[in-house]
Amino acid sequence: MTAAGGADDRATFTGNRALMLEEALIFEIGSTATTGVDFDEAAPAADLSGLARTAPIGLPGLSEAETVRHYTRLSRQNYAIDLGLFPLGSCTMKHNPRLNEKVARMSGFADAHPLQPQETVQGAYAVIHELAEWLITLTGMHSVAMSPKAGAHGELCGILCIKAALEARGEDRRVILVPESAHGTNPATAAFAGFTVEDIPATEAGRVNLEALKARLGPDVAGVMITNPNTCGLFERDMKAISDAVHAAGGYVYCDGANFNAIVGRVRPGDLGVDAMHINLHKTFSTPHGGGGPGSGPVVLSEALAPFAPLPFVTPHEGGFRLIEEESAGEDHPQTFGRMTAFHGQMGMFTRALTYILSHGADGLKRVAEDAVLNANYVLRSLEGVLDAPFAASGPCMHEALFSDKGLAEGFSTLDIAKGLIDEGYHPMTVYFPLVVHGAMLVEPTETESKAALDQFIGALRSVAMRAKNGDPALKTAPHFAPRARLDETAAARKPILAWNEPAAAPGAPSLSEIGGS
Amino acid sequence: MRYLPLTADDRSAMLATIGAATIDDLFADVPVNARLDGPIADLPLHASELSVERHMAALSRRNRAAGDGPFFLGAGAYRHHVPASVDHLIQRGEFLTAYTPYQPEIAQGTLQMLFEFQSQVARLLGTDVANASMYDGSTACWEAIVMARRITKRGKALLSTGLHPHYRSVARTMAKYTGDMLVDGDPSLAAGTDWAELADAIDKNTSCVVVQYPDILGRIDDMTMLATACQAAGALLIAVVTEPVALGLIKAPGEMGADIVVGEGQSLGVGLQFGGPYVGLFACKTKYVRQMPGRLCGETVDANGKRGFVLTLSTREQHIRREKATSNICTNSGLCALAFSIHMTLLGEAGLRQLAAINHGRAKAAAAELAKIPGVSVMNDGYFNEFTLLLPTEARPVVHQLAEKGVLGGVSLGRLYPDNAALGNGLVVAVTETVTEADISAFATALKEVLA
Repeated sequence: MTAAGGADDRATFTGNRALMLEEALIFEIGSTATTGVDFDEAAPAADLSGLARTAPIGLPGLSEAETVRHYTRLSRQNYAIDLGLFPLGSCTMKHNPRLNEKVARMSGFADAHPLQPQETVQGAYAVIHELAEWLITLTGMHSVAMSPKAGAHGELCGILCIKAALEARGEDRRVILVPESAHGTNPATAAFAGFTVEDIPATEAGRVNLEALKARLGPDVAGVMITNPNTCGLFERDMKAISDAVHAAGGYVYCDGANFNAIVGRVRPGDLGVDAMHINLHKTFSTPHGGGGPGSGPVVLSEALAPFAPLPFVTPHEGGFRLIEEESAGEDHPQTFGRMTAFHGQMGMFTRALTYILSHGADGLKRVAEDAVLNANYVLRSLEGVLDAPFAASGPCMHEALFSDKGLAEGFSTLDIAKGLIDEGYHPMTVYFPLVVHGAMLVEPTETESKAALDQFIGALRSVAMRAKNGDPALKTAPHFAPRARLDETAAARKPILAWNEPAAAPGAPSLSEIGGS
Repeated sequence: MRYLPLTADDRSAMLATIGAATIDDLFADVPVNARLDGPIADLPLHASELSVERHMAALSRRNRAAGDGPFFLGAGAYRHHVPASVDHLIQRGEFLTAYTPYQPEIAQGTLQMLFEFQSQVARLLGTDVANASMYDGSTACWEAIVMARRITKRGKALLSTGLHPHYRSVARTMAKYTGDMLVDGDPSLAAGTDWAELADAIDKNTSCVVVQYPDILGRIDDMTMLATACQAAGALLIAVVTEPVALGLIKAPGEMGADIVVGEGQSLGVGLQFGGPYVGLFACKTKYVRQMPGRLCGETVDANGKRGFVLTLSTREQHIRREKATSNICTNSGLCALAFSIHMTLLGEAGLRQLAAINHGRAKAAAAELAKIPGVSVMNDGYFNEFTLLLPTEARPVVHQLAEKGVLGGVSLGRLYPDNAALGNGLVVAVTETVTEADISAFATALKEVLA
């Protein structure tokens, strides 16, 4: 630890510092002979015609007590929404209600197999159907494909629906237009489905340049991928005009719905002419992020694209539900583009999202959007004059406030502000995204933050920003109080170490596999 | 509105700071005719925790839980006992409610866990390196095919007939759009694995051969010969593992020469979950690591020289490469990877081997019992914990009749291959450590009655 502000840098014997505990790898503390699981019976003899494993695998085990301690210690080295405000723009870290977790673990949901006889899982189909109905109503769309397993998977689903619809029309349109204000994953998705991607510039106000878009439309354009509210945190005022123009030119409109949480209950994308939009259930409906997934990305579809939706899907049938899972079930769904994943999607996320939706109801969801937008605008206006806000004059921001690095002292960057915030006890905001702004800082407080929490965060960000403007050298080496100082990412990429390997043993010292005696 | 902390006074004060008269002013950029000002028709209003819990519990009870009686389903999703501490630990808020570890200084918990997960997976699958998880096994399988095309610059993938039909369906769907050519087909109940035929079919346009191990019918076979044939022809061997517990007992695909090994990690720590979320495993030889999809966690040091971990080689990822990106993966299955890793740590090598042996022993006992029923035979020569029964009649209705008797007795091949009448009498039966002797007897009795 670097001495800063009088911090004590004396070393301890263990490397621990009171409640800040170091933790070795399981490979260093476990052995292949240790187990934390008891079985009721001895292992019987195997009968595997020559395929039995002979060599040791090298998997360390820990007792249950050691396991609990190892992972509890690791958990304490993470920032999380349960610890404090998580101002990540476009990532939407909001409170995760524990009722959602309780429901997802009910045995009828958590302990059901996807291929059980249909009559034994009517409750699970009912959850999928009920959530689907809410998503359709809230978005004003025609139908929804539930199986995509994450936002990017949902983007792919929507684009494949567009491709299948064009094929059904006998048209070979190859270009997808992607405005600069759209999410970075959009071009990748379009390219993956075999389209050519062309950028459409943003206006100085941070929105799609409608005239440039119209000028590019033509018989080779399959559609547009747009993000609304966009990545500058702004509502695309011309959305309906964009949709009308794209439709008139024979194309389809894909809307990246990652930011649906800003408008749920206030605006229906279907009314704006959208043909397909994925919904990141974790962002709008609070399923936990889990340190990097799982996500869930259902895709709402217009009537034009609905026939092409992927398998499987649930449909009402004789007072209950039926799962359509076969391409040969053609009478119901002859034009499906196929299957995107082995089973039915992220059931565990569906139960959480539906629980959250029912808890809020139509009135509560509307308030969710309102409070999210109110909190973002409060942050934006409270920091005006401290941090450059390039689009502050473009209208109210939606759920996220965008700042730039303009005006910082020579040699100071967005990264320094981010690392400085860590010492203040906050996870940094989204940095260097969107690309439309130099040194971007995108702050999304969400609706589950109180005014008091916002005021403290605003104070912290103001303080760090002032240090960056005044050129405080200590900021260049922040964070000073985190479990680790700045990490050498260049070395990690140049010479990747991606798995644990036993260090060369001292002569006579036992190796991991020998310790286990397996 | 128990999750929303702002009071009416807060809202007024904040609007005053912003300089807006009402909340509606903040939605000024939404065209008037696109605004929903009133309530949304037909949707109910907010509800108490108690009433929501009641509603969801009622829906849950409309499902027959796997644990409610004898249960023998597998075919890509397996029911194993998950130690209580796994779920307890993944519910710690610091794991559950953390973000993707893009700020490594305050995400070392997740990053170290991912590094340990990668190391465990690589060892289990017998390869050099593994990534930090994919959506699930089926999408990981498709991504592996795409990766093989990228490496070999060839476009023909040979899929074994023993590959899970849903995995095949995902690959086929995507191939329509990405231009890969797939050669595939349905399995045969009469023969063993088709791996010798696959070896013969490799030509100079073949990017990869995809085999499943154990396969959809539960068969196991040595893939060394196939790996050699692939290597000779410049194609890659991709092995798919849908039941990782098997690798506690049988040789790992990497050990037999597979270049890429993908899998479904659901068996360890995750649970059935009605199909998702699951955890995709993805591992390969070191020389292909820069062509690998998904997140990677790497070891490094911090400014004070202490060991630490970061996400690395992210220049392959789609949000950076944009239209030049090589995969559809954006997020991964971090929390499910954690559950997998904790379960694996609890088991350790000794526990995994014992668990695998118990699974195999229990399956052998069940197969012996079921094969005594007149007209019923076991198709497999070798298997781990799953095998295919041949019934004297079509299996699909039998499954429903068994369910009426309280036994969930496997997955009919008729459901998996609805268009292939030749497979109609096949029933895929999985037997794990959760199955008791009484369950096996109940299954045998019920099946005898149904077939009588």
